[in-house]
Amino acid sequence: MVAVSAQEAAPVVAKAEVRGLNFYYSDFHALKAIDMPVYEKKVTALIGPSGCGKSTFLRSFNRMHDLYPGNRYEGEIRLFPDDVNVLAPGVDPIEVRMRISMVFQKPNPFPKSIYENVAYGLRVRGESRRVTLNEKVEEALRSAALWEEVKERLQEPAFNLSGGQQQRLCIARALATDPEILLFDEPTSALDPIATASIEELIHDLKNKVTIVIVTHNMQQAARVSDYTAYMYLGELIEFGVTDEIFIKPKKKETEDYITGRFG
Amino acid sequence: MEAARDLGAIRALIAKHKRWDMIFGLCGLLALMIGVLTFAALFVDMAIDGIPRLNWDFFTSFPSRKPAQAGILSAWVGSSLVMLVTAFFAVPLGVAAGIYLEEYAPKNWVTDVIEINITNLAGVPSIVYGLLALGLFVYQFGFGQSVLSAGLTLALLILPVVIVATREAIRSIPQGIREGAYALGSTQWQVCKDHIIPYSMPGILTGVIIGMARAIGETAPIITIGALTFIAFLPGAPLKAEPPFVSFEWLFSGFTVMPIQMFNWTSRPEAAFQQNAAAAGFVLVLMTLAMNGFAIWLRYSLRKKIKW
Repeated sequence: MVAVSAQEAAPVVAKAEVRGLNFYYSDFHALKAIDMPVYEKKVTALIGPSGCGKSTFLRSFNRMHDLYPGNRYEGEIRLFPDDVNVLAPGVDPIEVRMRISMVFQKPNPFPKSIYENVAYGLRVRGESRRVTLNEKVEEALRSAALWEEVKERLQEPAFNLSGGQQQRLCIARALATDPEILLFDEPTSALDPIATASIEELIHDLKNKVTIVIVTHNMQQAARVSDYTAYMYLGELIEFGVTDEIFIKPKKKETEDYITGRFG
Repeated sequence: MEAARDLGAIRALIAKHKRWDMIFGLCGLLALMIGVLTFAALFVDMAIDGIPRLNWDFFTSFPSRKPAQAGILSAWVGSSLVMLVTAFFAVPLGVAAGIYLEEYAPKNWVTDVIEINITNLAGVPSIVYGLLALGLFVYQFGFGQSVLSAGLTLALLILPVVIVATREAIRSIPQGIREGAYALGSTQWQVCKDHIIPYSMPGILTGVIIGMARAIGETAPIITIGALTFIAFLPGAPLKAEPPFVSFEWLFSGFTVMPIQMFNWTSRPEAAFQQNAAAAGFVLVLMTLAMNGFAIWLRYSLRKKIKW
């Protein structure tokens, strides 16, 4: 594991610890021996060229790969404070997804009302009391900076929203269930620059509440929103560290080449 | 500056290419018209023969030896009841099978074999279903030559159509929607009941109705299981005045259906019965068109709510 210099004033606590993670799509060895911490209430960015495995890595955290046959994990992603290896065969992926939420690349609201989109995760958890649902939906929409725009039309279809609003709705949906970690898979790649800015601002605000891991192909974005950055290449973790250090004085030549645009 | 192009030559070339455009367009139109006009001619011919026979009595009278008094009461009631039974069995079975194949079935050779078989089943001649039903429903299960046997037979017949329509509808749901639901901690069944089934409903219903429109015109399997051609009674009413108020007697009643009634009349020598057959055919085509129209309307109105 790469040492991290303690620049931050508050003590950093690990929320998750990746140890010797290997991942296989059938025969293809997509992730190779990754070791990395994820710090609590911080934003960790995963960067690297297309096909480097950053999305594959992110989708390991909530066991999305279990939805498709032939995928195989080795190693551990330990979640703290209870020290559970979420990749262990005995751990139900549904339990993992109840603790770790995800926001996808393309906004994927359900063809239901705005309200039902946000409430869905709670309904899955068996919540049916109207008062609790109303409260949680409002709270999540406020956290996702969407409440003011939609409070008058909660029963309208989610598809009536703009792309950026849809993505914030997806963030609200993921937040409504109080996740321990929120995963973002290139959340702004389908959005225009203004919507992108609002999502980035939101991510910045959210880190007070939740631990965030974000995949991005946009290095400026990683520099803007993250506290820690991991640079990946061909399924390997090349370098992990405090974002400022990774971008200003990376330790590895490969990282420097990628960040300065000589490669990738 | 560039030398002036030979515009005349270019235009001549374009004109030549466009001639082929027009020739193919005409060929296509001709091909289309052969199909459409043939149907239109048949329909108009039938309408001219049949419409004078259409009146209230025609719908409320039983068949008769006297052509002027004969009606299609037992036929349209029989067709409707058989369709009811068909839908009752084909929809849940077909939808459940389709969902299982798309969402639950492991991707292995067993699933592949089942898939190929379902596609083939859709192409099995309907008379073969009739033979199967005669042996299985009529004799083995002892349902007799009844509405129930006919409904089950036609349900089997349209089951592949329903399964295929269900699968097509499910496949059109973007994977992102599934992943979004799973990422919130849903189980497979929660994903199916809250997302897959509601979002694929327009497609499923369209497939069901198109299958039913096919089934309502089926004659061969119904004859095979022994539907009667001359029926002067109606199946027992499903509701009764005395307890237990509902009755399923009608399921085991003898029956006839529209196409069989038509067939019966066409085989008579009297010209007046031919007129009756034309009138019944006209009604049957209208029933089919109405069902298809309903399917189109349903798809349109349900789809409005769902956009990808």
